Amino acid sequence: MPVSETNSQIVYTALKDCGVRLMSVLPETWLVHLVTLAEADGDVTLVRLAKEEEGIGISAGAHLAGISSAMLMQNHGLLASLNGIVSLAQLYRIPLLMLISLRGGFGEEHPWQTEGGMVTEALLETLRVPFERLQTPDHVAQRVREAQTLANAALRPVALLLCRELMWED
Amino acid sequence: MLRSEALEAIYPELASCAVVTIMGATASELYALGHRPNFFYLEHAMGLASSMGLGIALSRPEETVVVLDGDGSILMNLGSLTTMARYRPSNLIHVVFDNEALLSVGRTFTTATGTGSSIAAMAEAAGVPRSATVDTVQGCRQTFREALASRELTTLVAKVAAQGPANYHIDVHMLENRFEFQRYLTRDRHKVG
Repeated sequence: MPVSETNSQIVYTALKDCGVRLMSVLPETWLVHLVTLAEADGDVTLVRLAKEEEGIGISAGAHLAGISSAMLMQNHGLLASLNGIVSLAQLYRIPLLMLISLRGGFGEEHPWQTEGGMVTEALLETLRVPFERLQTPDHVAQRVREAQTLANAALRPVALLLCRELMWED
Repeated sequence: MLRSEALEAIYPELASCAVVTIMGATASELYALGHRPNFFYLEHAMGLASSMGLGIALSRPEETVVVLDGDGSILMNLGSLTTMARYRPSNLIHVVFDNEALLSVGRTFTTATGTGSSIAAMAEAAGVPRSATVDTVQGCRQTFREALASRELTTLVAKVAAQGPANYHIDVHMLENRFEFQRYLTRDRHKVG
């Protein structure tokens, strides 16, 4: 499978090193290795979702209960989570760490991914969700750490975009 | 049965539980019975109370978590029944006050539970290990106590009249409530010595 196992491991290790102990996920192709790693990890509570917005509630509950969490989803899952982000995470000041696979950018072969790819970053800007791209393995650990630091300081959602260059090996 | 009567019937047991309510009438009726630091009123994000309760239950297995949901709310997040059932935390009780209506909007709009959909049957079909429907105060009290004692994920549907309080006043700011609830849930980390 051309999804990068090496870089998925680097992202996973970065999350673990930040103290993330609960991950809520709706699987998609680019996230397969990350989900497999979480399944095999006895130190992480993995919550497989039926729809992404549930993950906002689960992360909010985990945060108030003192557990650091992350949400892993496709950018179309972000689209499906909007009210939860605004009316729970932002309204109630929850430091939500979202890792979002950025489908539908340059190099995208699947027509059905393209519309979502074109609105993701503009949407995050509109929502005032700070975000950074994860594009090469060398900056992953630092950007994950800094994203979580900002989320905890601001008590607000932040996003990291898992980009094609990092996740896909053509 | 009025929802306020059903709440009153289970209120004594809620003293030792982490409680997440939906917005509006349910929140204000619980508040009117007496606010506690272990009560969180989710004043928006309709549908996500059960997800929040699941997140708390999985994060704090030693805490008994009670979600006070509504038919309109759970109908917005039916997948949550399947996610709760998948992980079936033994410390989570999911109470759904079913008045078969969207009551808070100023006119009664019937929900699908008023046209034949059964939340208890959906919970059971989703794989929730215990589910029940009650329509009396005594039945509500009894079934809630049995759910607590069972130590199994339970969805308890309480059929209530489509009648709410005169006002939805809660004299605790949302963020005050949020930080107070967080301190309650993490209280073992704040002990001195």
